[in-house]
Amino acid sequence: MSLDTETVRRVASLARIHLEEAEVARLQGELNGILAWIEQLQAVDTSGVEPMAGGGATRLRMREDVVTDGGIAEAVLANAPDRAGDYFAVPKVVE
Amino acid sequence: MQPTDFSLRGAIEALNEGLVSSVELTRAHLEAIEALNPRLNAYVTVSAEQALAQAKASDERRAEGIAGPLEGIPLAIKDLFCTAGTRTTAGSRILGNFVPPYESTVSGNLLRDGAVFLGKVNLDEFAMGSSNTTSAFGPVENPWSRANDPDTRLVPGGSSGGSAAAVAARLALGATATDTGGSIRQPAAFCGIAGIKPTYGRCSRFGIIAFASSLDQAGPVARSVEDCAILLRSMAGFDPKDSTSVDVPVPDFAAACARGVRGLRIGVPREYRLEGIPAEIERLWDQGLQWLRDQGAETVEINLPHTRYALPTYYIVAPAEASSNLARYDGVRYGLREAAPDSDLRDLYERTRAAGFGPEVRRRIMIGTYVLSAGYYDAYYLKAQKIRALIKRDFDQAFQGVDAIVTPATPSAAFGMDEKQDDPVTMYLNDVFTVTANLAGLPGLAVPAGLDAQGLPLGLQVIGRAFDEETVFTVGAALETAADFRAVPGLRAGAV
Amino acid sequence: MSFTLEGRSGPWEIVVGLEVHAQVTSEAKLFSGAATAFGAAPNSQVSFVDAGFPGMLPVINGECVAQAVRTGLGLKAQINLWSRFDRKNYFYADLPQGYQISQYAHPIVGEGRIEIELQDGSTKTIGITRLHLEQDAGKSLHDQHPGKSYIDLNRSGVALMEIVSEPDMRSPEEAGAYLTKLRQILRYLGTCDGNMDEGSLRADVNVSVRRPGEGYRTRCEVKNVNSIRFVMQAVEAEARRQIEVWEEGGTVEQETRLFEPARGITRSMRSKEDAHDYRYFPDPDLPPLVLEASWVERLKASLPELPDERRARYVAMGLSPYDAHVLTLEKETAAYFEAVAKGRDAKIAANWVMGDLFAAINRTRTSIAAPPVKAEHLGVLLDLMQDGTLSGKLAKEVFEAMVETGKSPGAIVEERGLRQVTDAGAIKRIAAGVLEANAGKVAEYKAGKEKLFGFFVGQTMKAMQGKGNPALVNEAVKKLLG
Ligand SMILES: [Mg+2]
Ligand SMILES: [Zn+2]
Repeated sequence: MSLDTETVRRVASLARIHLEEAEVARLQGELNGILAWIEQLQAVDTSGVEPMAGGGATRLRMREDVVTDGGIAEAVLANAPDRAGDYFAVPKVVE
Repeated sequence: MQPTDFSLRGAIEALNEGLVSSVELTRAHLEAIEALNPRLNAYVTVSAEQALAQAKASDERRAEGIAGPLEGIPLAIKDLFCTAGTRTTAGSRILGNFVPPYESTVSGNLLRDGAVFLGKVNLDEFAMGSSNTTSAFGPVENPWSRANDPDTRLVPGGSSGGSAAAVAARLALGATATDTGGSIRQPAAFCGIAGIKPTYGRCSRFGIIAFASSLDQAGPVARSVEDCAILLRSMAGFDPKDSTSVDVPVPDFAAACARGVRGLRIGVPREYRLEGIPAEIERLWDQGLQWLRDQGAETVEINLPHTRYALPTYYIVAPAEASSNLARYDGVRYGLREAAPDSDLRDLYERTRAAGFGPEVRRRIMIGTYVLSAGYYDAYYLKAQKIRALIKRDFDQAFQGVDAIVTPATPSAAFGMDEKQDDPVTMYLNDVFTVTANLAGLPGLAVPAGLDAQGLPLGLQVIGRAFDEETVFTVGAALETAADFRAVPGLRAGAV
Repeated sequence: MSFTLEGRSGPWEIVVGLEVHAQVTSEAKLFSGAATAFGAAPNSQVSFVDAGFPGMLPVINGECVAQAVRTGLGLKAQINLWSRFDRKNYFYADLPQGYQISQYAHPIVGEGRIEIELQDGSTKTIGITRLHLEQDAGKSLHDQHPGKSYIDLNRSGVALMEIVSEPDMRSPEEAGAYLTKLRQILRYLGTCDGNMDEGSLRADVNVSVRRPGEGYRTRCEVKNVNSIRFVMQAVEAEARRQIEVWEEGGTVEQETRLFEPARGITRSMRSKEDAHDYRYFPDPDLPPLVLEASWVERLKASLPELPDERRARYVAMGLSPYDAHVLTLEKETAAYFEAVAKGRDAKIAANWVMGDLFAAINRTRTSIAAPPVKAEHLGVLLDLMQDGTLSGKLAKEVFEAMVETGKSPGAIVEERGLRQVTDAGAIKRIAAGVLEANAGKVAEYKAGKEKLFGFFVGQTMKAMQGKGNPALVNEAVKKLLG
């Protein structure tokens, strides 16, 4: 599977990363290099194999339903690039 | 001998015996940082005042008879661990001047045990890299250099390049690090120090900026195996704030260092004899196995048949998780925001993320986004998860017959800052020996074992069963003793 | 009963399925310890986990899991002992992590069913496809500043149950009845407060139309409809729009739409690019959710009585199916009724609750949750009728006084001297006086004009200002005439 420039643009858009036109071709080459290398995995017979998501704890531990957090609006907002009172502010979103 | 030459264990003893104070130790390290960091660029933030205050408080506690296991020990913290009140960057522009109001569990555990934090050390951006050249704060230089080519500046390895360089150059007695595909073991090997990636779930991930959640694991780097054991005992432990943390007791790892390998069966995976690996690395590996046999261990050939698929599997799983983990850096709640006066929200996101992430991070986000996207999930992500299961199964089978596995730590010694930068895949091959342990969730330790013909350090790796770091330390300490590695880098405290 | 809409070219059938987001009743959020209360100051119920800060990790709230299981049991659904959380990746201002933690491939609850009741008294079973747990997003305010949107993350991370139905509904009425019944079940279980004004319950309505007998055609999703009435209106409006499209030779495009109640129409949402590539994958921060069968059994054993069971019990107590239906619609009504009916005649209790009490609630604009007459007071009133202290007529008077004053029936009876006269001798004397004063009528009665009996009783009661015990008055008159 190799990426065309349109797919490179679509993926960048999905990932919300602005691409300059000049970057598209270079990125296409790099990504295709990586994907070509990854392609060797298709040779592995994985029939009947259960996928492994990760290690660590084997099941979720459940927390108690107790309020232990929050009430820290100032700390939550302290690093915000833009805020209005106790709200985060972003350019207006039209729905 | 100056205070920066202490081993961590030696410093603890010296502090206990009153031969040195934490303030003296800390001041010596701060002075060394001041002298060497402009060249090495290992620290991105030096918290001199805070460190001295912590040292002073530590000396007072000690005077009162209260001393934690790491009381007064100056350490460096990888800038991927959130530290309350101290800027935490992940080596990225996108975190801007982010100051976390919270402490990571691991760094908090170290503070609990009395440690002093000298500052935050450099890393590849978001821990993505094997050379520490992707940091927004510039590359870190390896304190070692080639005997016949002293002017070529070498990489310290990555992503924990700042941690490894700082410890090797004696700018800290030890450091925290993280390892997603080899980011503790490869830089440790490149810098001639020890480093362990513990079992997944051994150290809490709470407060560590995530790269690939199912692979990330914190661990220490230090100048000896035993120093790593001492640090890991403090760093590790069950944490209810991390759902993947495992509730098992933390043993006395340092005690395990002295057990001896007599009677242990050591696996030697055939598939790790790769083509194109320098002969001196092969030789060092064979030498290491001989050392273990000399001390009474038995070495056994084993098969890990899916080894060759580990790296490409990793380069699906890690970018996929990263593409999602890094979606939160969007310029809204913290960190960098880039926008034009007329930017709408989408434009703000795209500009912020294009300006805030470096090329390697953007590349991995793109790969990760692609392999998860509609129509490709099964072919890439699901396939990779299945191969991951096969890699794990290989280890499970191998560990039925052996107690630990010994391999080279890296396929080369440290390389030049301008080398291997053209093709991403070439760079990715650095992790060929280490990445399998991450995929299988197993502990892996890098031990400095010798020098190559250029006088650069080379390391061996010990891989163990899940939650059997003790055997890993036993084997690592045995290798260390036999190797009797005493070489020191040219750039180090007191030497320049 | 089949429902169709008449187009120019013939009848059309409506096909409706609902995806309901129900806020789980819990103190703390699904993956953080921040509070869930409605109406708090902006960003005051936000932890660093909810705000997607670097290095923060989710830890699941066990009560939210229990609530999802209880709901699944209430929907007679399969409980999956192994389920998993996936990430749904998309960028939005009020989605701090850049993904929603949800259950995509392996939900906690599988197939179930709900029985709905329709106006004509018939019932119908609607299939439940699944129920899964997920996080709510924050809230964007678009009307506070000309150029900016403001973000409040108080809702971010609050636990939701997404309950998906099969496309089994065939009319606006059925869609309304489904949502009514689902809300009723959730409220009985105590797993969601069902408060649609506060957004605790929101419906995404999937609508398509087809010719009777035909397979499914393309559906559209009308997002976030927040009242039962609007759901019914949205179904009809969207169906009419689609019929129009098909009849004009066009094609209905699958899309997300919004219902505008003021105009009674649906409109296309500004189409979100990439909206359909959510890149779901298992959340690596969360191991699988594994439940013990015995734990599920314990939850099952402690489940409260559900509306269907309660209705059946009321019918068995002697109520009509209609009365049983009305009294069980809201669990507060049922609780009120049960308090009144306990140890008393159920039918009489039902009549008072559905008659006088409902009327009083309407008149006083109160609610069954804060009723104008306490259930225990109404119960005592029924007792006073039963033991003859009050006649039916007096009881109505006392009830009205209770509504006005909030006092107990006993106090009102004492204050106003409304106690019924049960002294047989006294009644006999007054009745005798009435007969004496109406000797002519007594003669007519004795000559055969028997319906005058009521006249004598009425006159006696009148002479007693209505306080005579009706049975004793009857008896006395009969004896004196006899
Ligand atoms: Mg939906
Ligand atoms: Zn949903």
